[in-house]
This record gives sequence, structure tokens and C-alpha cells, in this order.
Amino acid sequence: MAENIPADLKYTREHEWTRAKGHLIVVGITDHAQSSLGDVVYVELPKVGASLTEGKQFGVIESTKAVSELYSPVSGKVVNVNQALVDNPSTVNTDPYGEGWILEVEPSDTKQLDGLLDAAAYTALLQNT
Amino acid sequence: MALRTPLNEAHRKLGARMVDFAGWDMPVQYSSIIAEHEAVRRAVGLFDVSHMGEIEFTGPGALETANRLISNDLVRCKDGQAVYAGLLTEQGTFVDDVVAYRFSPERIFICVNSSNREKDFAWMREHAQGVKPVDRSSDFAQIAVQGPKAEALVQRLTKTDVSKAQVDTYRFTEGEVAGVKCIISRTGYTGEDGFELYCASDRAEALWNALLQEGQADGVMACGLGARDSLRTEMKYALYGNDIDEAHTALEAGLGWIVKLDKPGGFIGKQALEKQKAEGVQRKLVGFVLTGSGIPRHGYPILKDGQRVGEVTSGTMGPSVKKPIGMGYVPAALASEGATFDVEIRGRAVAAQVVKTPFWKKP
Repeated sequence: MAENIPADLKYTREHEWTRAKGHLIVVGITDHAQSSLGDVVYVELPKVGASLTEGKQFGVIESTKAVSELYSPVSGKVVNVNQALVDNPSTVNTDPYGEGWILEVEPSDTKQLDGLLDAAAYTALLQNT
Repeated sequence: MALRTPLNEAHRKLGARMVDFAGWDMPVQYSSIIAEHEAVRRAVGLFDVSHMGEIEFTGPGALETANRLISNDLVRCKDGQAVYAGLLTEQGTFVDDVVAYRFSPERIFICVNSSNREKDFAWMREHAQGVKPVDRSSDFAQIAVQGPKAEALVQRLTKTDVSKAQVDTYRFTEGEVAGVKCIISRTGYTGEDGFELYCASDRAEALWNALLQEGQADGVMACGLGARDSLRTEMKYALYGNDIDEAHTALEAGLGWIVKLDKPGGFIGKQALEKQKAEGVQRKLVGFVLTGSGIPRHGYPILKDGQRVGEVTSGTMGPSVKKPIGMGYVPAALASEGATFDVEIRGRAVAAQVVKTPFWKKP
């Protein structure tokens, strides 16, 4: 299956993507993740202001069949959540890297991004699973 | 190794996502569960249900033997009629739920759940007084053709008249569909009109391909187990292992209508159900809608005033009803329409309300 893995993003092993936006980091789930989940019907988001810890669960995404946990790529504070997903969770399927973004984090340390996978490493991860 | 239906290769060619289902390698979806669900509600969908088992009773006494094993009544039926029924324990709980077909008093055919096939067969052999059952599961494949355009599609592929006037709901006939000899049964588990076609295993792929090809004009979609589950949940149709099992009686499951307590000869489980009916049912399977946010899932606790009083047996976001819906067993006092309770979702109590079912009604 051809996967859409944008070269300018960084990825986690749990199939989240991150995009630098000024001093903030935008987080979503990858095309591979949305495709594996199937039709997304529910997204449970943290509150703005919540603290996230790298590698810890911050929310839940549910498809018709499955419940999946969302893990934070970095530690930091939630500054914005994509409230539109509450009414239209299927946006995660149709535009995972765009309108389907999940939240914005102010990282406690920007160096955390260095520990994430680049597109080539994420591609290799998918090929080996 | 996982069991495979005769259509396994066909599913892979269509790009289906395959999963293990009760030991069978089955398609859960081809494109999208919601798209497949909607195709069945609006047009027509095909399901491979060849993993279901078929057990046959033939010869003198077949009708009487089989009828004593099931809760419904085949004696009251005509030849060419089928009934939904339970195979019940002495306690009135479910060994399985089945569809029994009366070809004649000397030929009864029972379709059983794949996960229960071996258990059912052993149970039938043990309890059959008279004719012995024969497991014919490997001889048959089964394709469900479901949706408002199912009749038109099947009719174009057969010379047999399959109109409702000839083959009404829960009636069946035999004929060739796309040149393949079939039992053509107006049954299904989606809440839509449609057929279940039983054919010889080695002809299943020819039949499947012909239905897919001819159905193009109708917007036919191959559908997986995911859509089958959401469709049946919207109808509050029970799934064995989730909503019905050996721990809950037919009356608790709200399936009193498939239990014929007055039929001559009786059936296994009758005495327990008569007693329960007289004493009153203490818990009931209800359909509910979440009024708070979340999706109910199998196994989630049902709470009243913070106390656990039951458990969700099935739940989903209903693609047609567009609400989070579920079923579960609750105390009788909480079983009437409008009653409220909470469903515990990841430690959070989410409000729910009992509603009239089926959840989905054709607009």
C-alpha cells in the first residue's frame, strides 16, 4: 500500500506526526494510522492548558471497530485543540496532515523533536512492520 | 492455521482487510465500514457468510427430531418456510441462535453460527431423539445479498421468480442464480430486504463474481464483517457471544417471540422458561443511546447511582442513526423506555437512555 509520508514532518513510532509551527508543535496521526483505523467516528481531546508528557497517553481516537490511544510526541502544554473534530471526526481520514490535525503543543524543550523519526526512518518503520 | 472460505482469494483480490474471526480468516472491510453499511441501506451489498455452519436432518422423523431441539416451531410452518430460533440449554439460555429451514417433513436444514458449529453439532447429536444430524458445513458456501436493490439484482440472474409474492420474508426456494444451483432464502441480518444464497462450495466464486459484476449498475459493494456488525446492531439483532450466550435466557434477551412454550412435544429449556415467565424476568437486554459523549463498547460497565448494575454487550456509532448506540443487560426496573443510567467509558460516567428498538427504521 502506498503511504503518504510528507518529508517535512517528524513522526513517532506510535504513528503520530508533528509539524513545527513557530515555537509550537502541531500533532496529528499519520495517513497510515488513519487507514489502519478505518472510519474515525470519535476523538477525545485533552483540555487546553493540560500538560502532556512525552510517550504518555493524551487522548483517544475511535473508529467504527476499534479504540486507539493517542500518545504525546513531546512534553509540554496544550495551547490549542482541533474542536472541529468533535463534530466531524472523519476529517482525520480525509485530511490527516491538514484539517485533521489534533492539537498544538508548546514544548517544554524544543530539542525533544530531535528524538523523533524523520520521513525516511518512519517509512522504514512501516516497511518493517 | 486459520480456516478459509471458498471466497478467500476473491476477498484478497478485492483488497479486503482480513482478520481472524472465530478461527476464520475473514474480511472485516474492503474500503470503509461506513460506506459498506450505507451501500446496504441504500442499494445492495454482498457478504461472504460461508463460515456459518449447516446441519441437516433427513429422513422419516426429521421434522419432529429437529423441532424438539429448537425453541421455535417448524411444525406450524409450511414447506419452504424458515424460522429464527434458539438452541437452548435446560436453563433456557442459549447454546446458539439459528435459522431452521423446512424443506419437507423429511428434510430440515439448520444454519448455525461459525463459532458454535462444533459445539452445536455435538449438542444436537447428544440430544437428537430419532434422526441423527449431519454436518454439511464444508459442502456449502453462503452469500448474503442485502439491501433495497437485492431483489432486482438477484432476479436479473435467475429464471426463478424471487418476488415477494413468491418468496416472501423467511421463505425460500431452490433455483439457479447465474447458472449456480442455490437455495434462495429471503433472510438476512441487516434489517434490509435481501437474500441468503446457499450454493456448493466450489461454485461460490462464480456466484460471487456474477453478483458483483451484475450489481455494478446497482452500486453493489462487497461488505465485510464490520458493516455486518453495525447493520445488525442498528436493528438490535443479537450477536452470539456478545448479546446472547449460555448465561442469559431467551426471555432476558427479549427473544420470547422465538420461544413457543405451547408447542406440542415441547423443547429443551421449556420448563425453565415457563418458570421464569411466571416469576418475572429480573434483568433484560435493552437498547440505549448515549446522551453524553463517547461510544459504548462490549464489556463497558453500566452504572446506576455509581453502582455497577450491568454491562454493555454491543455498541457502536450507528452509521445510519448517527448516534452512539448500544445494548446491555440491566435490572428490570431500568429496562423501560426512557429509563436512564450511565455507561462507564475509560473511568468516566456517560449518561445513557433506554430507547425503543430497532434503533434504525427505514425513512
